[in-house]
Amino acid sequence: MAGLMAGFGRYTHAIVRGTPESLAKGALRSSQAEVDVTIAQREHDAYVHVLRTTLGLEILELPADETLPDCVFVEDAAVVCGDTALITRPGAESRRGETEAMKGALKELNLNVVEMTDESATLEGGDVLFTGREFFVGLSKRTNQRGAEILADAFKDYAVSTVPVSEGLHLKSFCSMGGPGLIIIGSSEPAQKALKIMQQMSDHRYDKLTVPDDLAANCIYMNLPNKGHVLLHCTSEEFPESVKVFEKLKDHMLIPVSNMEKRKVDGALTCCSVLINKKANN
Amino acid sequence: MTTEAGSETEVKENAEEKSAVQLDQSEKTTEGTQEVAATEGEERQTEKEKEKEGKGITRYLPTWFKKQKSQSQTSPTKEVPPTEEPTIKVSQEEAHIPEVNGHAEEVEEKEAVGPQQQQVKEKESHSNASADTEPAGEGKVESAQKSLEGTEETTKEGAKEEKKKEEVEKEGGQGQTFIFQSPLRLVRKNKMKLVVCHVTLLDGSDFTCEVEKRAKGLFLFFKVCEHLNLLEKDYFGLTYKDHHEQKCWLDSTKEIKRQIRSNNWQFAFNVKFYPPDPSLLSEDITRYLLCLQLREDVASGRLPCSFVTHALLGSYTLQAELGDYEPDQPRPLDYISQLTFAPNQSKEMEEKILELHKSHKGMTPAQADCQFLENAKKLSMYGVDLHHAKDCEGVDIMLGVCANGLLVYKDRLRINRFAWPKILKISYKRNNFYIKIRPGETEQFESTVGFKLQNHRSAKRLWKVCVENHSFFRLNAAEQPTKARFLTLGSKFRYSGRTQNQTRLASTLIDRPAPAFERTSSKRISRSLDGAPMISITDTSREAENGREPHLELHSDSKVKEADLSPGSVEATPAQDHDKTQEEVLKHQASVSELKRSFMEAPPPSPPQLNLWEKRLTSSPAMATRVQQQTVVPETEASAAAAANGDAKEPAKTTEVEIEETVVVQEISKAPKAAEELQTQEVKDRDGAGLQKKHESVSSESESDEEAEYHPNVSVSISHTQIPEEKEEEEAEEEQGKKEKLTAASSPVEPEQAAAAVEEEEKQSSKEEEKKEVSTEEPMMTPDEASNGITSREEAASVAAEEEELPKVNGETSVVEARPQVICCSEPPVVKTEMVTISDTFAAQKTEIATKEVPIVHTETKTITYEAAQLDGSGDGEPGVLMTAQTITSESLCTTTTTHITKTLKGGLSETRIEKRIVITGDCDIDHDQALAQAIKEAKEQHPDMSVTRVVVHKETELAEEDD
Repeated sequence: MAGLMAGFGRYTHAIVRGTPESLAKGALRSSQAEVDVTIAQREHDAYVHVLRTTLGLEILELPADETLPDCVFVEDAAVVCGDTALITRPGAESRRGETEAMKGALKELNLNVVEMTDESATLEGGDVLFTGREFFVGLSKRTNQRGAEILADAFKDYAVSTVPVSEGLHLKSFCSMGGPGLIIIGSSEPAQKALKIMQQMSDHRYDKLTVPDDLAANCIYMNLPNKGHVLLHCTSEEFPESVKVFEKLKDHMLIPVSNMEKRKVDGALTCCSVLINKKANN
Repeated sequence: MTTEAGSETEVKENAEEKSAVQLDQSEKTTEGTQEVAATEGEERQTEKEKEKEGKGITRYLPTWFKKQKSQSQTSPTKEVPPTEEPTIKVSQEEAHIPEVNGHAEEVEEKEAVGPQQQQVKEKESHSNASADTEPAGEGKVESAQKSLEGTEETTKEGAKEEKKKEEVEKEGGQGQTFIFQSPLRLVRKNKMKLVVCHVTLLDGSDFTCEVEKRAKGLFLFFKVCEHLNLLEKDYFGLTYKDHHEQKCWLDSTKEIKRQIRSNNWQFAFNVKFYPPDPSLLSEDITRYLLCLQLREDVASGRLPCSFVTHALLGSYTLQAELGDYEPDQPRPLDYISQLTFAPNQSKEMEEKILELHKSHKGMTPAQADCQFLENAKKLSMYGVDLHHAKDCEGVDIMLGVCANGLLVYKDRLRINRFAWPKILKISYKRNNFYIKIRPGETEQFESTVGFKLQNHRSAKRLWKVCVENHSFFRLNAAEQPTKARFLTLGSKFRYSGRTQNQTRLASTLIDRPAPAFERTSSKRISRSLDGAPMISITDTSREAENGREPHLELHSDSKVKEADLSPGSVEATPAQDHDKTQEEVLKHQASVSELKRSFMEAPPPSPPQLNLWEKRLTSSPAMATRVQQQTVVPETEASAAAAANGDAKEPAKTTEVEIEETVVVQEISKAPKAAEELQTQEVKDRDGAGLQKKHESVSSESESDEEAEYHPNVSVSISHTQIPEEKEEEEAEEEQGKKEKLTAASSPVEPEQAAAAVEEEEKQSSKEEEKKEVSTEEPMMTPDEASNGITSREEAASVAAEEEELPKVNGETSVVEARPQVICCSEPPVVKTEMVTISDTFAAQKTEIATKEVPIVHTETKTITYEAAQLDGSGDGEPGVLMTAQTITSESLCTTTTTHITKTLKGGLSETRIEKRIVITGDCDIDHDQALAQAIKEAKEQHPDMSVTRVVVHKETELAEEDD
């Protein structure tokens, strides 16, 4: 049916951004890990390759900006749903500059761009889980209530519920969508608690797919013509046990994507792209 | 169904039979059966009767006759021509039972030619009895009219009937829409003063009519519905402005005069309950009215939506009102600007609306309405009734009441949600509004969340809305108000109308040609028949069970099937090219979405506008709703709350139901002293009942009371079965029992003391249990009976009186049961069953029931042997007999049985076995593990003296999809 909530997971375009050298030293991270930028870049190339070649998305690649060490994680700069794009106001000050290029790219794609101008609001895309029917916004170190309100304003058709994120960087650091009505969730206590909250807050029923590793719960789901359900997930080198769980998804086309290096700076799979559904060649 | 289900059914039946045999004085069971039979018979006859009404009566006679008999004391079994006597009698009875009136509309079915009064009454009792499908509204009209004239001389009636018939004929196929329920209406012999009412309709027009000054709300409402030619009226209501310019719903059971502001007879007709799936409505005219309401909601900003959605909804409105976009004479933009589609309508939006309108070419108005509703229903604020409130910290929030429960918003963000099944009790006191929440799996105690409303009135208004929404969307039948309440000073308000379930059932039986109606702006006649979606009853029932929205069944097959299965039910509607039409629509939809997308790529939507949200809500930092852990037992909560407010304690009233999934908890206990206990308690209870009665009369007009409570009967699964309700009621009764005790204890004491006394109460409760068993015994427990918990105890003294009132409800139940069976046949539920035997009951809680899609049955076997029982319990039981065997059965998609068996053993030993079947409706967020654990826990708490011996979990997983 047309209108609201049609075609969850259908994407035609993806916005990605190059990996700057400054990532190694400058990118924010919760651990002390050393990052090999070369490996990170190689991983990123493979990631983009999957999106472009394997999945046939049209890729809009923004150039890396050395002054923005985290700029490869484009997800945090914008939330796109339907034809509306909300430019965020990242909670990390060092990342606020990332939105400029993003805004340009989204305007180029003729989306309705809504900006978050309120100085008191912070929101990062990593805290926004869109289920196809509603939004959950994690209230984390990077996202606050006001940011969530502005998001609710931008996407009036949908319910927007807030979920406290006490541990982990973002809401999507331990969960993501694995299909229409299917939430992939980590097995840690905070993750499970967040899931409970989401389930309580929702009028809809969600199935859950619990994976042993929280970080493995961040996947990219798409529903593409001729390909059906597609799930980009971690590799078995990274999280062998979790991959076993994904392999139970018989209806999904499973594509393992390595994300070893970027994970060291808290980058997850969803972080590296903004997915957009537009009519092709427009 | 599964093997499990199958056997359960058998059990049920057995139990029923058994009990029927044993307690044949309580003809209620039998009655039920008769009713079913009768109904079927009627259905078969319907057609013929259509042709010749007179004959129909005679055919009915046996049925009614029988029924009459069973009602024994109720009304003398009368022969065909109703004499004055019965009439009078009936009306008196009706007077007793105003609540039933709510259901009165059921009258719709059947022609009431014969002993009309009696028939009318009985029909009402069926509630869902909708089984009878009366093709044209004639019978209805007649009966309605009759009832109207109930008090008039019978002699006149003959003539009148004919007159009426003529009228009906004149009206052509349209049929008469509305029915006056004799009971509700206050038709007195002596005419009263008339007043003029002005009702603003949804299309903005004004409807004026005269009503008697003392008319009740329902009368006016029916008048309006009649004017609108609306049959599916239960979704609607009338509002008025109170002294403070607040919109209030007109209570249909109360006199209008007493509700409205002095002499301002100004009302508005509005949607009261937004159907979660409008495609399930039977008639286009109903959908049209819903559309009108939603257009207004959208345009006013009450229903916020995005630019794109505004445009899309607007385009469907244009299509419905104007028909196809005409390229030759393009509608000037300024014409469109005169219509309001959005709170701040921009030129861009109008252009988009026009452009989308072009794409709807060929869509009929009815289809356009459907599409409008399909999109509108998905909006997150669809059907959410917002109320301003503050949390305990004084932070502004909004409370939204909707079909699924209570939502808490802060600045447009949803910050909490309490699904109806999570709510144990709803109450208000002064300007405080409380909900008591079922404890989560990790929590030990129930918690109460309190909100501050602006004032007492708004707290009460919110409470009422909650009560009504809960009843409408979650119950199978509205709860009988206040009858069983004890010592209550609070509001006796209960929802009195039909529930969604009932109304859906009823509307599937609507059989009239789609009424022609005019759409507002265009005045075009609706081509309502083409493209009208068919609705499969089966689907409805099925999905409703889980509180999910049934989807549109496009094929007429199912309907036909349905018709085949239910004898004499509505003839299959003439098959139309639904498939084709729908396909086209779908295709069309695809293109629309494309179009919408593409042109959304163009200019951005107008900047976010101030709408209701902004207007209403002020932003404020972190909020927290107060959640106070209650260490007291549930029943004390009320008094505790009262204490907290330094006010006189108000005992909890009515029912409290604890669990809502299909969980059977069997408890067995040997209670040596049961007999004595019972008797003592009985006495007490009787006193209580007496007291209660007094109070009722005192508080009858106490609408201004400061506080009230409502215990949502959560356990009721929304299915077509009465069973869950019964069970609920039953539980209610138990609770009632406890509460009474509590009350007795607490009323003379200070609140604090009351709290202390609670524990004891709890202990007693188990005995209470047994006692209850006994007391309810004589009339085969039927739901109504149960619901009248206290009353039934009273029965020893006045069984007769009781029976007069009850039969109606009984009829209702039985008839309802008949239908689900039919449904079952037509679509066998697909459930896989898995049997698991677990030795430890509590281990069961820990297993992964929730994650498995297969129903799991945990069984711990413990055999209980009943010895030849000897009576010693309460008065009415027969010696050596099973004291109570109450079985409530449902053939519906989820099988449900509740059995209470109390056996009396030698030497005054009584053994009570309580089988509790709890239906947990599949609300999306139910954690099955948790619910089960909770169920067991509560069962244990309720009956500390008893032990849980067997837990059977029967899980039905619905395969239905949720619409994306």
